[in-house]
Parts: sequence; C-alpha cells; structure tokens
Amino acid sequence: MGLLPLLLRGAPKRFLRASGSYRSLYESNSRRRRHGTDAAAADQAVNSRADHRPDDQMLDFPGAKAAFTSRMEFISPNAAEAVPCFRILDDLGRALDGSDIPEVDSSLAVKMYHTMVRLQTFDSIFYEAQRQGRISFYLTNIGEEALNVASAAALTKDDVVFPQYREHGVLMWRGFTLDEFANQCFSNEAGHGKGRQMPIHYGSEKLNYFTISSPIATQLPHAVGAAYGLKMDRKNACAVTYFGDGGSSEGDFHAACNFAAVLEAPVLFVCRNNGYAISTPACEQYKGKHSIQLLAFVLTTSQYFFLFLNFDAPGDGIVVRGRGYGMTSIRVDGNDALAVFKAVSAARKLAVEQSKPVLIEAMTYRVGHHSTSDDSTKYRSGEEIAHWRSVRDPVLRFRRWLESNAWWSVEDEKELRGAARKEVISAMNQAEKKNKPPLSELFTDVYDTLPRNLLEQEATLRDTVSKNPPSLAPH
Amino acid sequence: MAAAGAALAPGIENRLLSPPNAGRIRCSSSAVPARGALVVRGAALSEESRKNRSSALKAVAVKGEAPNLTTAKSGHEILLFDALREGLEEEMARDPTVCVIGEDVGHYGGSYKVTKGLAEKFGDLRVLDTPICENSFTGMGIGAAMTGLRTVVEGMNMGFLLLAYNQISNNAGMLHYTSGGQFKIPIVIRGPGGVGKQLGAEHSQRLESYFQSVPGLQMVACSTPYNAKGLMKAAIRSDNPVILYEHVLLYNLKERIPDEEYVLCLEEAELVRPGKDVTILTYSRMRHFVLQAAKTLVERGYDPEIIDIRSLKPFDLFTIGNSIKKTHKVLIVEECMRTGGIGASLRAAIVDNFWDFLDGRPECLSSQDVPTPYAATLEDATVVQPAQIVVKVEQMCQGLV
Repeated sequence: MGLLPLLLRGAPKRFLRASGSYRSLYESNSRRRRHGTDAAAADQAVNSRADHRPDDQMLDFPGAKAAFTSRMEFISPNAAEAVPCFRILDDLGRALDGSDIPEVDSSLAVKMYHTMVRLQTFDSIFYEAQRQGRISFYLTNIGEEALNVASAAALTKDDVVFPQYREHGVLMWRGFTLDEFANQCFSNEAGHGKGRQMPIHYGSEKLNYFTISSPIATQLPHAVGAAYGLKMDRKNACAVTYFGDGGSSEGDFHAACNFAAVLEAPVLFVCRNNGYAISTPACEQYKGKHSIQLLAFVLTTSQYFFLFLNFDAPGDGIVVRGRGYGMTSIRVDGNDALAVFKAVSAARKLAVEQSKPVLIEAMTYRVGHHSTSDDSTKYRSGEEIAHWRSVRDPVLRFRRWLESNAWWSVEDEKELRGAARKEVISAMNQAEKKNKPPLSELFTDVYDTLPRNLLEQEATLRDTVSKNPPSLAPH
Repeated sequence: MAAAGAALAPGIENRLLSPPNAGRIRCSSSAVPARGALVVRGAALSEESRKNRSSALKAVAVKGEAPNLTTAKSGHEILLFDALREGLEEEMARDPTVCVIGEDVGHYGGSYKVTKGLAEKFGDLRVLDTPICENSFTGMGIGAAMTGLRTVVEGMNMGFLLLAYNQISNNAGMLHYTSGGQFKIPIVIRGPGGVGKQLGAEHSQRLESYFQSVPGLQMVACSTPYNAKGLMKAAIRSDNPVILYEHVLLYNLKERIPDEEYVLCLEEAELVRPGKDVTILTYSRMRHFVLQAAKTLVERGYDPEIIDIRSLKPFDLFTIGNSIKKTHKVLIVEECMRTGGIGASLRAAIVDNFWDFLDGRPECLSSQDVPTPYAATLEDATVVQPAQIVVKVEQMCQGLV
C-alpha cells in the first residue's frame, strides 16, 4: 500500500520526496539512471507504463538476481515439512502401493543379497577377532549393508569411488576378495597396502576404490578433483564419494559441494546419515537442542516411547543443504536396497549426462559401535541398538522381498550363512599365518625412487637389526 | 664472477657419495652461467678465484651438454615470474594432462602474473579459477592427480597453504605410501612465500620450515629466472608431490636464459661461486644477499664458495659435502626462523655426515623467532642482512668463532 496508489496515479514528485520513504528515493535514483537528469522525462517514462508495478523490478546486483519486495520477511530456518524420504519397500520388505520397482532381476538381486550377507558375516567375525586380540582394530558396516551394496550395484566399474571408511560393501561388490580384505586387516605382506595402513583402510587401484585416509571428509575434494578430470576427458563415468552425518560438518564438505556445483562436475555425494558421529547424535551435529530429547530418553525405558517423544527435532539433515549450493539432491531410505539402487542409478545418469553433482542423503542407522575403540552403550540404550539390529535390519528386509518373489528360501539362507562363515574364517586364518611385510618395504613408496637419506636410514636400521636378536624385525 | 655451475665434475677430489642425479630422471646440465643483473662484479678478482672459475668452466665443458658460454647474445632476457610462466606453458603444451588450479589464475592471469595468458591459450578448464578454500582446492588437485592429471596448485601466498596442511600432509605426502604404491600424486604446489616488503606477519611466512618434516614431499626453492623455469618443468614432470617455493620479492628479477629447452634436476644444488675459504649454503632470496656480501668479502680478500642449495628436501649432500671437504667451514644463510627451520635440519645433516671435515661448528644465520613486524626498520632487523653475513664470514675465517 502506501505510495503505490500515488505512483500509479502519477502523483507529482513532491509528494514522493516529501514522504521520505526509501522507495521513493530508489524510484527517483533508478529513473535518473535510466533517463539521465531529465526528471520530467523520467517520470513520464515510468508513469506511462500502464502495468508498472514497483514489485516487478529486479535487483541486478552481481551477487544475485532477485525480485524486489517491500515486505520484510525472514526465511524460516525450517521448512514447514521435512524433506520426504524416498522408499520402495516397507519395513517388512513389501513393495509399497504405487511403487515403481527398478529393474532388478533375480540374478542381480541374489548377487546383492549374497554380498550383503558376506559383508555382515565378515564384519561379525573380524570384530570378534579384534576382541580376541588377533587384529588391533576393526570397524563394522552393520546396519548399512543395503546402502553399501545397493549403491555400488548402481554404479559401473569406471566410476571412481572415494570412500570415508564405512563402505567395505562397495569394495566387496566390486570384487575385492575375502582374502584381500583379510590381508589388509592383518597387515601382512600380501596386502595391497603393503601393511602401511590400519585395518579396514582398504584401497584398490584396479577396482577404482581409492585408499582410505582416516581424516574425515578429506576425500570429498578429491572426488571433485577426479570429477574435474572426468569432465575434461568427457568420460562416461562419474566420481562417487561417501561420508557420514558427522563428515558433513567438515569444511571440506562445504567447499567440495560448492566447487562441484560451480564447476559442474559429475560427482555423487552420498551422505550416510546413520544418526551418530561416534557419540555425537545427529541432533547435535546440525542444529537442534539436545537437552529435551535427552530428558525424554532418560525418562523412558521403551524405545517406542523415545521415538515418538520428539519435542525438538534435529534440523532437516543434509539434503536441504543441496539447494544452498545449487545442487540436485534427494533423501532416500538407506535401509531400502531397492530405493537406494534406484536413486543412485538416476543420480548417476544425471551426473554423467549433464555433468552436474548430486547430493544423496541416505537415512540409515549405525547398529554397530563406531569402531572397536568405542562402546556405544555409553551414549545410547541397548534397546535402541537391539531394535535397529533386529526389526530394522536392512538385510532381512531385502531378504523378505527376495522371498516374496520366490527368489530365496530358508535352505538357501542356511547354506549361504554357513558357506560365508566358512569362507571368512578360512580367509582370516590364511591371512593370519602370512608373514608381515619385510623391512625392505619400510622405505619404499615414500617417493617414486629411494632418495639417499632413506637409503642411509635403511642401511643403519639393517645394521642395528643384524646386531640384535631376530625378534626385533624380520628380514 | 658468479658462475652457475653443475655439481663438481668427476676427478675433483675423492667423491664420498654418488651425485644426486644418479639413477634419477635425466636432467640436462644446469651449467649455464647467470648473466645480466646477477653478476658479482668484484673490483679485484683473486688469481685463485680466476683459476677456479676457469676450472669450473672446464668442468662444465667436460659434461658436453653446456651451451657455448662465450656468446652472451644467445638466449633471451626474462623476468622471473615470466620464466615460471614459460616453463608452465611449455609443460602444458607438451602434456595435455597438466592443469593449473588456484585463485585468480584464469583470466586474471594470477596475482603475480605467473599464469598470464594461459587460460586464453589452454581454456578455462585447464586453468581453473576456484572459490576460496585452500584446503579443498588442494584436495581437489590431489584427487585429480590420483586419477591421471598432473595438477599445479597455486597458493596465492604460501601462508594460505597452512589451510591446506591437512591435505598436503595427510594425503599428498602419505597416499602413495599408504596405498602400497597403487596411487601416485604427481602434484606441484607452488606460490610466493618468504618475507616481503611490509606485507605483515600472516603474509610473510616461511612454509618450508613447517613442511620439511612431512614424509613423501619433495621441496625445491627457486631463486633466479634460470632455475625457476628449470625447476618448474622438473617439478611438473616428477611423479612425486613437489612443493616449489617462490619468493614474493624475486618475481621481477631479470636474467638471460637459454632459448633451447632445459629441465633442471630437482635434487641438485647449484654452485654459484666456487671458492676455498668457507662454504656458504643458502637458497631463495638469501642467495642474493649472500652474493651482495660476497662482493665485500672478495674486496677484502676472502674467497667464499657459495652454493644455492635449491633442493630443500632432500638436501644435495653430494655437492654440499664436497664443498665442506674443501673449505672445512660452513655457514648457512637462511630466511627461516632460527627454531625448526631449514638451517636447523641442514646443520644436523652436516654434523651427521661431515663431522670429520669440519674445523668448527656449522654456523647459521637465520631470521628472528618473531612474527614478521610491519614497520620497515623492524622488518629489516628480522631477517639476515648482508652486513651480518660479512661479519660472520670474517669471524669464521679468522678463527674467532
């Protein structure tokens, strides 16, 4: 209201100036810009437009092109509704009404299931191995098997993967053998990493799976760099990088998303939002007041009560940030293998065909502890863990779908579980027996060739070893 | 006379160690004399130093690859920033996987004009402007390098690369090793550093002292247009992650460099002036301060041997050792701070390896352990000045230290 009727009626300028409103000043300035100092001509030009509305004017700052408004309205921190989560199967593995099942035939589905079961088996046995002191460290994927395997199944072998550390299933799908996994965990001489990294820090150049580096989110810019190379070569491939809800807080996440969008790089950012970053729950990772939830949690012994009692929901996750960077994004049920497969397939197509980044937030739950160095019962209830391990198990959910298609049976299950267990234990025993890497591999690969100082250090070390009991170091 | 020579040729005294480029990438001879502005014009050249010069020249000639030193007209005059640009341009033309990533490197041509004209020639993608996030575009460069590109990452000032320390240390330095040799990172990280003219503490950092400990990295420092171009080319061709340190005050240094292509050896030091009284080890801007001090020293009858170490990691102990064996005295002149700098490590390496040849402790002139102040007088007092070098060398030669 205000001056609008005055303007439309072509009111003399003195009325506008006298009112002292900002709008009139803006009006007169913009008229001066367009029509020079001839105020009368300016007035005429503006007022002669029958459909003139100040609200139609666009701000043309270099930073943004936006419509002008006279209503001061802050943008609320939360949308009215959380971004909906795409799923195809319900919690019992039944296709929801109106679902569009992706093209997953029985052989693909069974292969996916095999991989999930092998992953689960490997995780449980190697976790126990660490507890028994046979390896020094382990980290499981429990609860995220469907996310791992289904996302990997939607990619091609030319897509380059930059993992965080909880994506062993992706590597397993690509063909890393149980022996190769075990060799790395036991840091023996047969491992591709030559015993240089902690357990589970796998890497395979052959399978386009880049060696895991412990610091969080450093792989995100790497993926953008790789996508930049793919874009230059116009390859039919994209870069894919995984990270958790915690990793999304790192500066590297922000810059990688920003770069990828600005550069228009073909990269998929897959966020495994599993609810915890070691002990930090998601509601403390991004916005959200924890105290009320904690109170509710403490007051109740039933996990169902806890789930409903959500006075203060965490901010709406990672998916909403996509728009902030100008990136296509989607939220998907990470425990629904079919939904993950479909979403990642579509995202990959977009990334490769249009050379654009896509952010996929896969909602899931970290059933296991963060790692063998963590005891998560310190910060969450046993009931909560048990609930997600049993009722919400993504592997079981997928199995139910397979069974509903008559692609899987109880006998198949028994046979697979038994075989997987045997294979994993055998791989473990073999790997444990192998020698550790020799001293000659201590100094190699620091550079492309051995520089003098390292040759000297090796010579000194060998001299020390030769003068000392054999227990000090192997050959 | 400043003769930029190669490592001492075969036949000079007993070699203890093999030369740095044995078994490494083939590099053309670095035996081209510095011409133009860098010549030390001593009023009276001692007979000794003249003889040394001619023997050094002969040594160079023996290598057989040096261009004709008497025709000073060959080659072209160039400023240091342009020499860097020339090297970069030649490598980008030669190898399509070479690309540059950094802030304002594209159409702006780089804050110090090192990438001027490259975006027009090679396109926006190969000379990529990035948003401001050093850690991330360094990470991007690492990811691109791991997947087949040869990236040159420019830090607008070396000090900003502190933000990229995580990527440089944990990823560039480590991933070749931790992946068991599966992934290599042929990245070059470069930019201007060192103490400038009143740029303030944050823009006057000596990153070579912070990064020198990181395993897996190679570090070189250029100081003349000639070695700037040669080291740039060598760094790009290397499969290791290389940090190339440029100095913010040396970009407008002029020199005549060869027209024909040359690539220097990353691990090799440069014999700037042969001598017999004392070995002076230096690099980057301090090389020029040392040469300035050498003028005075030569007038007073001293005969310093000046070596620009160039390779900060690893040290060229062959060249350094042979020099110390001859002179028995060593002075390191650096811009790093006293604590934890290149000088500190070099002293340790010299003591470890050449103890028997030393007449006294290895001396070191370094910057003060303070953030670099802005006021010009204070700033000058923070770094080593030529007068200090003269005093120190005199003391050493007179046995007073």
